[in-house]
Amino acid sequence: MPQKQVTPTRMELTRLKKRLMTARRGHKLLKDKRDELMKIFLDTVREDKALRKRIEERMQLLHSGFNLAAAVTSREIMEEALVYPKSEGELSVSYKNVMSVVVPEYSYEVKTNGGESPYGYGFAFTSGELDNAVGELYDMLPDLMRLAEVEKQSQMLADEIEKTRRRVNALEYIMIPGFEENIKAIIMKLDENDRGNTTRLMKVKDMMIEEQRKQNNMR
Amino acid sequence: MKKIGVIGDKDSVLCFKAAGFTVFITEDGTEAENIIKKAEADGFAVIFITEHLLKEITDTADRFKSNPNLSIIPIPGRNGSLGIGMAAIKKSVEKAVGADILK
Repeated sequence: MPQKQVTPTRMELTRLKKRLMTARRGHKLLKDKRDELMKIFLDTVREDKALRKRIEERMQLLHSGFNLAAAVTSREIMEEALVYPKSEGELSVSYKNVMSVVVPEYSYEVKTNGGESPYGYGFAFTSGELDNAVGELYDMLPDLMRLAEVEKQSQMLADEIEKTRRRVNALEYIMIPGFEENIKAIIMKLDENDRGNTTRLMKVKDMMIEEQRKQNNMR
Repeated sequence: MKKIGVIGDKDSVLCFKAAGFTVFITEDGTEAENIIKKAEADGFAVIFITEHLLKEITDTADRFKSNPNLSIIPIPGRNGSLGIGMAAIKKSVEKAVGADILK
């Protein structure tokens, strides 16, 4: 691939050599980063997949549990129980740095205001089925939070891997060969100048020797 | 303190009220879109949304993919999973690796 014109000077040559060195080092670092990201990503995505599968199954159970509860008591009572003395949750988010990708970590805590039951509603009008269903939901919460974490992490890592891969490829296939070609061109040009200089000097020397000889003969 | 939101149809999401999530009951894509757009400013860090609804607003949801402050997570609705959550995982694997290697 023809590169843009470079001025064949020694200064340019040293400059290009320096850039080539930096590019090589950057390439190596980015490649390492990509490999490590990939390793983490695959672990994350495997967990994500397993977790999602489990959650989808449990969610099915959860819905049927709530349906059952709705069948036993009246729907209004159930909705009231769920809506009215509402429980409050607190979500704290912290951030974790994974190979310079900042990903969130969640921890969630439910605080119920109703004093009489851990579920935040009174037992008087609701059925045991509802308790079971809500209990099931509480059991599921850690998994749900973990799912949110790993899902986000895998999305962000996928993004970062794509970017890093692009940079690695740009360095490997465009920048580094370009520098190498330019350096080669400059070296060739400088060598050519050098040879031209040497021949000129030899020629001048020959002429001077010839001159000397003629003067010696005349005397 | 951040909040967790759930968006979906009534039967699918009402139960999350018991866990203290903020529940938005809607079956309309545009409304869900508006909720999501405002969510970060409203102090939400995680939004669970039924796959059914997410299907209609994938563009909006995709915009938050690289935003660490808001996660939009698909959950199966009352009528079971549509496989959208799994498809999203597959998509990110393809994006990162180039092919789905986790068959």
